Amino acid sequence: MTIFLLCFLLFMIGLYGVILQRNLIKIILSLAIMEYSVYMFLIVIGYVRGGNVPIISKFYEHGPFVDPLPQALVLTAIVIGLATKALLLSVAIRLYKYYGTFDIRTIHDLKG
Amino acid sequence: MSSMIPLYVIIPLAVAFLTVILSRLFNSLGKYLLISSLLYLTGLSFYFILQSPQAVVYRVGGFADVLNVPVAIFLVADGLTFILLLIISIVGLMAALYSFSYTKQYTSEEKYYALFSLMLAGMYGVVIAGDIFNLFVFLEISSIASYSLVAFSIDKQQLEATFKYQVLGGVSSLIILLAIGFIYWATGTLNIADITTQLPKDKTFVYFVSVLLLGGFGLKAALVPFHSWLPDAHSSAPSPISAMLSGVLIKAIGAYVIIRLFFNMIPVSYEIAMTITVLGTLSMIIGVFLAIGQWDLKRLLAYSSISQMGYVIVGIGIGMLVLATGGKDKVAALAITGGLFHMLNHSIFKGLLFLNAGSIEYRTGTRDLKRLGGLSEKMPVTSGTSLVASMAISGIPPFNGFFSKVVIVFAAIQAQYYWLAFISIVVNIITLSTFTKAQKYAFNGELPSKYNKINESPFGMSLSMTLMAVLCIVMSFLIIPGVREIFLKPAVDVLMETTKYSSKVLGL
Repeated sequence: MTIFLLCFLLFMIGLYGVILQRNLIKIILSLAIMEYSVYMFLIVIGYVRGGNVPIISKFYEHGPFVDPLPQALVLTAIVIGLATKALLLSVAIRLYKYYGTFDIRTIHDLKG
Repeated sequence: MSSMIPLYVIIPLAVAFLTVILSRLFNSLGKYLLISSLLYLTGLSFYFILQSPQAVVYRVGGFADVLNVPVAIFLVADGLTFILLLIISIVGLMAALYSFSYTKQYTSEEKYYALFSLMLAGMYGVVIAGDIFNLFVFLEISSIASYSLVAFSIDKQQLEATFKYQVLGGVSSLIILLAIGFIYWATGTLNIADITTQLPKDKTFVYFVSVLLLGGFGLKAALVPFHSWLPDAHSSAPSPISAMLSGVLIKAIGAYVIIRLFFNMIPVSYEIAMTITVLGTLSMIIGVFLAIGQWDLKRLLAYSSISQMGYVIVGIGIGMLVLATGGKDKVAALAITGGLFHMLNHSIFKGLLFLNAGSIEYRTGTRDLKRLGGLSEKMPVTSGTSLVASMAISGIPPFNGFFSKVVIVFAAIQAQYYWLAFISIVVNIITLSTFTKAQKYAFNGELPSKYNKINESPFGMSLSMTLMAVLCIVMSFLIIPGVREIFLKPAVDVLMETTKYSSKVLGL
């Protein structure tokens, strides 16, 4: 139970950062923290106490096995996360070239 | 028949990669590949609609069910899927045709076309995925492609818009992933049809997951408390991309998923139905009031998209409310027909309006309504098609918008939600004045002297705008009884059978 609460806490820390941080890089980092909390949650729900590696071989013939599906989901999600983070960071670098700052209070051309 | 379904993902993906690889050898190959693939997929969608009213299931990899548990990844196509596939193909085709002349201003055209078809692959994938995690993956593919397309001609405002869009899009994706985690935890499956049978009876859990899903997909669909990214992103993007984003992206990855999950996966309940209807009503009202004060033409259109998506959600929401309270099936079917029909119509006329705004910007270099005027003599095609689209969106007969709005209002009255009918009509009047304003300041009045030498937009752009304007009238025929049975009724039937969807899909 504690570990779920810790995941939830991490998620909330990330959300807090996304909402309240004013530095573009810190916003991206907060988003990454949120992402890792969700990955951790997915891994935890697939965990079986005392479970083996979910590969049938001569070393691990008998169950119980850990649920492999959430692990596959997390691998996919990590790849997606990589793409979004890379794109976000490159946009942040381009914004820095225009404005000379990462502060979102300076970057507000779009209004209304 | 079912083996044709994966083509919707395979072809655009192949086009995207071939465009990038082959662009060094053959210059403008990407355009022709994209347009021919879209022509083929449009034809295929028509073929599917005319041939098979039944649901079709394709199991990726061909794995059979083990002990009645579906292990393969499902690709499901049924009535609702087909109309979305059709609308994505048609609007995509028109936007691609329009892009031919429009992208001449960019230095790396082939990347534009590669990202364009990647976005298409994502949208098609979301619509045909029968598996909630694959739905998420395709959603991310189309989102990432759209993030980079919004900032395609890298300048200050586009970068700012795409940053906002990406942060909010990222948060919404994480909320969706969290919801998927909870669903997998409780049910042990990811297949949408299988989840329905395994979902716990516990109401609290269902509400919790519903709120997460509604938050995540509501952000993607830009329903009102979650709308703040839309006007920036949709107005900053290149115009054909705006047409795709407002025309089909928010429907395919937002509204469609909400409709699919809350009818076919989660049992219809009064509380969720009421939440969805209230969100729709808020979008309808707040969107139009924000739109009317705008002076930037594309920003005005973007806010109006929020309002029109509200109509779609309200139509669907009334249907859900009637189903949940045990009202007449006929009324529910009418409301759902209205919602779906308005979704199709909106993608046509909002796509056209964004293309018009694009051609004004292409020729004059501005989209500030205060600095435009009198363009109707110089750009007759743009002005004429814009008039058609404006009349369609403001619900003036005989254009398509009128019929869908009338159906929604009738359904609201028959379901005895008189306040909704009243609000719909009032919002429609404000929409009319919004577009009268846009039309007046852009095309009527005095021509500023610096625009004396401009002429009509290039042939490709004019052609696609004219075709879209013709579609605005042709789409009205969908309401005629004989035609309605072919296009709209199968889609409505899929939603009317609610959770029976699962036994049907698993049985195939």
